[in-house]
Amino acid sequence: MNLRGVWAIYNYEMARFFRTLGQSLISPVISTVLYFVVFGAAIGSRIQNIDGVSYGAFIVPGLVMLSLLTQSVSNASFGIYFPRFSGTIYEYLSAPVSPMEMVLGFVGAAASKSLLIGLIILATSAFFVPLQIAHPVWMVVFLLLTAITFSLFGFLIGLWADGFEKLQIIPLLVITPLTFLGGSFYPIGILPPFWHTVSLFNPVVYLVSGFRWSFNEVSDVSVWVSLAMTGVFLAVCLAAVSWMFRTGYRLKN
Amino acid sequence: MQNAAISIQNVSKTYATGLTALKAVNLDISPGEIFALLGPNGAGKTTLISIICGTVTKSSGTVSVAGHDNEGDFRAARSLIGLVPQELHLSIFESVWDTCAFSRMLFGKPRDDAYLEKVLRQLSLWDKRDSRIMALSGGMKRRVLIAKALAHEPRILFLDEPTAGVDVELRQDMWRIVRELRESGVTIILTTHYIEEAEDLADRVGVISKGELILVEEKKALMRKMGQKQLTLELTTPLAKLPKALAALGLTLAKEGRELVYAYDMQKPQHTIAEVLQAVTDAKVKFGDLHTEQSSLEDIFMGLVKQ
Repeated sequence: MNLRGVWAIYNYEMARFFRTLGQSLISPVISTVLYFVVFGAAIGSRIQNIDGVSYGAFIVPGLVMLSLLTQSVSNASFGIYFPRFSGTIYEYLSAPVSPMEMVLGFVGAAASKSLLIGLIILATSAFFVPLQIAHPVWMVVFLLLTAITFSLFGFLIGLWADGFEKLQIIPLLVITPLTFLGGSFYPIGILPPFWHTVSLFNPVVYLVSGFRWSFNEVSDVSVWVSLAMTGVFLAVCLAAVSWMFRTGYRLKN
Repeated sequence: MQNAAISIQNVSKTYATGLTALKAVNLDISPGEIFALLGPNGAGKTTLISIICGTVTKSSGTVSVAGHDNEGDFRAARSLIGLVPQELHLSIFESVWDTCAFSRMLFGKPRDDAYLEKVLRQLSLWDKRDSRIMALSGGMKRRVLIAKALAHEPRILFLDEPTAGVDVELRQDMWRIVRELRESGVTIILTTHYIEEAEDLADRVGVISKGELILVEEKKALMRKMGQKQLTLELTTPLAKLPKALAALGLTLAKEGRELVYAYDMQKPQHTIAEVLQAVTDAKVKFGDLHTEQSSLEDIFMGLVKQ
């Protein structure tokens, strides 16, 4: 195993992040503050408590997940798309680095970045609502699994995309609707039965539900179901990535 | 070949578009030689290099690098190879030093600042080590690509059109570097359009055309074997008609009778130069000057590719 090679890729990707630290952090923090002002202070004050939790505190896990998902996807997709676009991918392909080592470097860096952003948003939210984390270990587990899974998903998009438009379209058309309809801002139990059933096909529901449970033990589905579904999605992404590398899809002619 | 630096057997490549870029290519590269791959645009030079280096997947055949299969034992094979691509593919926001240190690490080698310094000095990049790549000229960027390829101390170096779009000074610098590398025992495979480059540098030459390796030969043998020499006599008074005695020797008239030309094979000329000159004197033809020309690799190459 070429650990140095993995470290080289990881380091390079992280350096890119730290070079633009201001931009990387300011925009997610500002959007989180806006959500808290609108949903927490303005509208939230008129919404009754959900399972004994104030609306402001209820949306914290959803907001963290929202950023974690979008950041993971955009970091990882850009990370692998850019070398393909600029041609520097030749070096990765001609180096003694296996496909899985490449994934480890790129996806590891993307997941690290989005984890950092997720934690900063969590810290930001502590200024607006009293934070209580009932199960810190579970919280970390869900954070990690989500960051890794969606970084893998982003990596797939970065491999698939053959233009900057395609790089934007999946996050816009798939990730954003899934997160907004995935119970980030409401418990899916309040939906009519039909939409409730539809929601159960949304993988984000399980992530948000499990993550929220680790904060205040309020959840839409059992934490084990959440964990299992996250595992399934992770496995699907892993399988797709390894298929792509085996066939050389979009990487090699 | 058992101890070949690179052994290519029956390698074919058909792209997804249906384009067949290589047809059953066989080639052995010996350790320590400079091998020049010549061919017109689209002949398959870059495809062949890319297959050996692992950036393009072959359709069939095998490639081994110092005995290591380039797919089954890709780590060992790729560790030995440095690749300088044709295009200036560089991450422009990085510094020269950082990008070279990255290349070394990517290939799994431990940090070695002294070695990297040596490479950068050899390529006259040391003063630019902290410059961002976007601030460098095209020629400097090409040097950076070479430095990156050398960063992990490869035993085999691929140069894909290293001097395309490079000024004269830099080209000569490149040639000097290539020779220095060969002296340190590095095997070098280069592709080029510039025949003079192959003529000047290479030990062996391969000519590739339409995906087929149509010729592999020691450069000297090739020039000897295929080299035509030509003797030209500039006449003081133009001849209207070629004397029969001279026509019998194979001489021809050129430039409206102002020149007498004798083309001959260097290996086994039918008549010696002395015989020809004697016959000219006997025919009472006076000439003011004479010169000989030897066909270059370029002429040979053009002759081959046109066939």
